[in-house]
Order: sequence, then C-alpha cells, then structure tokens
Amino acid sequence: MTSVALSVPKAAGAPRQASLKRNRRWALITSYIFLVIFAIFFLMPPYYMIVTSLKSDAEVAHMATNPWIIANGITLDQFKILFTQTDFLIFFKNTAIVTVAVVVITMVVSVLAAFSLGRMRFWGSSILATGIFLTYLVPDTLLFIPLFQIVKAIGLLNSYWGMVLVYPTLTVPFCTWIMIGYFQSIPKELDEAALIDGAGHMQMLLRIFIPVALPGIIAATIFAFTVSWAAFVYPMAFLYSADQQVLTVGTVTSLIRADVYKWGMLMAGALVAAAPPLVIYAFLMDYYIAGLTSGATKG
Amino acid sequence: MAEVALRQVVKKFGDVEAVRSIDLDIPDNEFVVLVGPSGCGKSTTLRMIAGLEEVTSGDICIGGEVVNDLPPKDRDIAMVFQNYALYPHMTAFENMSFGLKLRKFSKSEIRQRVEHAARILDITELLDRRPKALSGGQRQRVAMGRAIVRNPKVFLFDEPLSNLDAKLRVQMRTEIKRVHQKVKTTTVYVTHDQVEAMTLADRVVVMNKGIIEQIGTPQELYHRPRTRFVAGFIGSPAMNFIPCQLEQNGANMRVRVSDSISLPVQPQRANRYQSFVGKPVTLGLRPEHITEPRQNGQGDGSDFAVTLDVVEPLGMETMVFFTLNGTEVCGRVEPSSAADAGATMQLHANVDHMHLIDPASGAVI
Repeated sequence: MTSVALSVPKAAGAPRQASLKRNRRWALITSYIFLVIFAIFFLMPPYYMIVTSLKSDAEVAHMATNPWIIANGITLDQFKILFTQTDFLIFFKNTAIVTVAVVVITMVVSVLAAFSLGRMRFWGSSILATGIFLTYLVPDTLLFIPLFQIVKAIGLLNSYWGMVLVYPTLTVPFCTWIMIGYFQSIPKELDEAALIDGAGHMQMLLRIFIPVALPGIIAATIFAFTVSWAAFVYPMAFLYSADQQVLTVGTVTSLIRADVYKWGMLMAGALVAAAPPLVIYAFLMDYYIAGLTSGATKG
Repeated sequence: MAEVALRQVVKKFGDVEAVRSIDLDIPDNEFVVLVGPSGCGKSTTLRMIAGLEEVTSGDICIGGEVVNDLPPKDRDIAMVFQNYALYPHMTAFENMSFGLKLRKFSKSEIRQRVEHAARILDITELLDRRPKALSGGQRQRVAMGRAIVRNPKVFLFDEPLSNLDAKLRVQMRTEIKRVHQKVKTTTVYVTHDQVEAMTLADRVVVMNKGIIEQIGTPQELYHRPRTRFVAGFIGSPAMNFIPCQLEQNGANMRVRVSDSISLPVQPQRANRYQSFVGKPVTLGLRPEHITEPRQNGQGDGSDFAVTLDVVEPLGMETMVFFTLNGTEVCGRVEPSSAADAGATMQLHANVDHMHLIDPASGAVI
C-alpha cells in the first residue's frame, strides 16, 4: 500500500520537474542574450574612448584607418600632453576640492535633516520632507538664473567656491530623501532602547543611527559625489577663468577650439575624469544597491 | 529596587482614551504581569512607566518619587523589547555595556557587570558575536543581559517572548522566572498570553479596554474571577459560557441549562444567587470541570448526557465538544472514557467550580 501511495506523486512529479528545468534553461538563455547586447551597447563608448586616447593625433585624423582599432601602435602622448601642456591637472584639483567639500556639506546637512524629519516627529515634518524632495525636481537649467544673481551678490562668481555653495542645491534634497527613508526603516524600538540606555539625541544619531544607516549614507555619498563631479550647467554659467574651472567644462572648453577638436586628448581627459567615480562605484556598489533598496523587502 | 505606583493614570491619543484612570501598586521585588487582548492599554501603561509615552493625567511613582516629567534615562529602569532592539552594529558585549558607557562607568566595572550578567544568562561564549549571528533565544538573552547589567530599580518587559517559536518561548519563560529569582528586582511584564501571565507572575493585572478588570494572584484569577471577561480570558481552553436560568424548587436551587439538564446549586451559594432566581443568567464552567462521571458519584443530579459533535484526543486527555442550549461547550475527559463523535456520552459538571454571571453587567455573582 505504502509503495503504491508513494509512487503516485513521484510519477506525476517527474514531467513537471523536467518542464521546470526546461523553463529555467530558456529563461537563462534569454537573459544572457540580452545581457550580452546590453554589455556591448554600454561598453562601446568607453572602449572607443580608450582606443582613441591611445592613438597618435595623426592616426586619429587619418580617415582611412579603422577607428575601432589601433593600427599604428599604442602611444601615451595624449596623456603626456594633457597633463603637461594643458590646465587639466588644475581642473582635476579644482573638481576634487569642490567635490570633497560638497560631499561633506551635503552629508552633514542631509543626515541631520533626515534624522529630524524621519525620526523626531514634529508638526509639519511630513510636509517639510515632501517639500524638500520637490525642490529636487526643479531643474538646474532653470535654477542657474536666480542663482547667478545670488552667487554674484556674495562675490563668488568665477570662483570654484561658488560651486561649493550651489551644488548642494542639487545634492541635499535627494540625499535627505534617501536618508529619511533609511532612518524611517530602522525600528523605533532602537531609539527607545537608546533613550532608556541614557543616550541623548546627538549620541543616538552618532552612535546608533549613523552606523546602522551606513549603507544608506554611503549610497547618498556616492550620489553627492557623482552629481558634483559631473555637474556641467553651473560651472558653465558661473566659471570662466581656466584657474577656477572644473573638469567637465574645463576639458571641453580648453580642448575644443572653434571647429578644432583634439579628440585624442578629449578622450584621454574624459577617461581620467571618469576614473574616480568608477573606482568608488567598484568598491562601494554593494552598499549603494543596499542603500537604495533598503526597506523594499522584509529584512 | 523600588516599588511602582500608578495613581489615576490616564493616557489619551487625540480623542481615543487608551488608558482610563488606572490605579496600581507594585511592591518592591514583585513580578507583576499586565495581560489583556490587543488594544487593552497594557503596552501603553508599560511605556508610560518607562517614560516613552507622556501621561495625560495622573501620577506615576517609582521608589516613592513622581517620575511623570523625568526622561527615561533618569527613571533608573531597564526595558526588554519584543523585537529585542539590539544595536545591530555592536557585539553582544557592546550592546550590554552601551548604557554603562554612557553613564561613564569604569572599564573594569563594565567588564565585571557584563561578565556577571553573561554568567547568569549563560551567554559568556556569545559576548563577541553580533546580533545577526545569534538565534532568537540568544538575542533575547542578550537583551535581558543589557537590562540586568544596569542593576535598575525596575525591569520592564514588553511582550519579550512573542517573536520566539512555541518551544523556545516555554524555555525562555522558565529562564525569565529563574533570572527573576536570582536578580530580585521589581518587574512589570506585558503579554497577551495568559499562560505566560499565569506561569510568571506573582500577581496578574488583567486589562480590558483601558481599565483594570482585576488584580490578583494567578490562583485568585483562575478560581475567583470577578467578571465574565476575566473568567473567559484566564484559563486555556477558555471557560464555557452557557445561557441558563436560575430556578428555586422549595429549598433546592438549580441552574436550568436546557429542558432536560439542570444542575444543582450548592446551598452555601444560595444566598448570593437569591436575587437572580427566575432571571436569565450565564453559567461559567471551565472545560476541566466537565468530565466523565465520577466513580463514586453522589447522584446529585450534576451528571447529564450529550451527543458529542467533535472529539479531540490530545494524548493525556481528550477534549469533547457538544452543544448545550445553542452554545458550543467543551469538556475535558480521560482518553479511555471518551465516546466517538456523534455518540452519546454521559458527563459530569463539577458544580463546586461553577460561576454564575449577570449577563447585564458581566459581573460574576
């Protein structure tokens, strides 16, 4: 009796299992096809940048050669000239200063703002939180006009310190928004336990919330870093001397003269400029994803 | 160590009155359990004692001092939460020592206290692990350790076993009782589980809809409930409530349950029930007091025959379900004497333990 009873589900289960395996195989094949297409599509521009930056000016200008391969041998001339005969290193230094300052300001402001809006319930806090996010929706192409007057009035026109002032208008709202969500996902019993343990609000923030919300803080930091590293509209509008210029605008304005495009150096410059965000993403990607998706599922 | 007193404490959330003027005195070292269904105000009461909720009116005293306006850290209390509330980035040692560090205890004192608490709770080997690497029971022990190291005046437990599976819950229940016997401290424990309340408490406070229904030892609440709510809440399976009528035949008073069944009332209770003769009342009888007929039955008319609807064998006993006066009733019989479902079975009501309840007020007569 027992063997008969047991054999029935086994016989019924076999074709179903085979069908599941077949389905899974097809799902994997389809996924891989699309992954390969996506990888080629997105890796094409960086590949073109690398190839062009390693060619000589003559080869770049020679229309007959295949632009996708290096025919006349690899050269680092584009990088040498870029670093020695242009203001590229000044742009790099300015960008680094602006970015570090913006990231620090952004994180201090948004962590404090998010902690108060997300955890310390007070009258109007939810409206204020929504209001902060709404300010992020105003595009910088619209904001730069009134900001120009403000930056000029405080004497920071044509100074990269002006960028330190205006970039947070882009970074603080979004970072605060991310952090509010992150802080709200931390169980309320944790701050109650800290209160009973004897922690004040600042100790609670520094010793409990910041360490617990580290993935969210890293996600927000990466966002602030990327935005200020890649900002274009504000430096384009507010900076005009080479010694104050940042990478995005400086590279373009100094390496494109009228209709003369120094493609090799442009590509080399773009490659070097893209390196810091790439390195940061590579090391902190897991935190970034964890930070952006926290609270999406039950832990 | 200290006594806790609540004086006409009220808590309102907007227009909703969560706690309605309760009075409670908890002597030093007593283990008191607040028990009741969801929304009865037990957790709110505990949180008001902790200082996590403000009191709308009334006074809360700890150690004779009114603490209404003191922040939680200055009340010298420690709390164990339902979801443990351990700091996830800290090891068990750091979790337990966090409160002491904030209070500027010396490193040697901190180490000594944490190690002492760890020995009591048998978690010495777990001190360098983070909460993620601990099981539910171990986390709960660490949470208790965090409370013990502080050596507070009062321990507060907010449904600390609700997140554990049934087996672990029983283990931890014994553990909490053992810890309380070692670390004699006034304890207020909140739970919705009446078994937890009965097994742990020196005294149980049964709450319902923001008021205290009854305060008493577990035995008092079980044998002498004052209201239908307490009678139904305490005991598992719950007490049977059967609509019936009180009859007087000469000197004999009987409870008429159905046309064919009437149960005798003990003479010593007759005076108490006198004013309800002829009126509808509710008979309260626990399943354990409806059994198979006694071998040496006195033939007092408390045996009756019923047709069983459902029979649930539990091993050491069998639960039998039948319908009386339109109400499902549960009895507890010896497995060997249980009839099959659909069959007729002779049962005995132990009327010594019956309760009569006034249906209008819900009070036990």
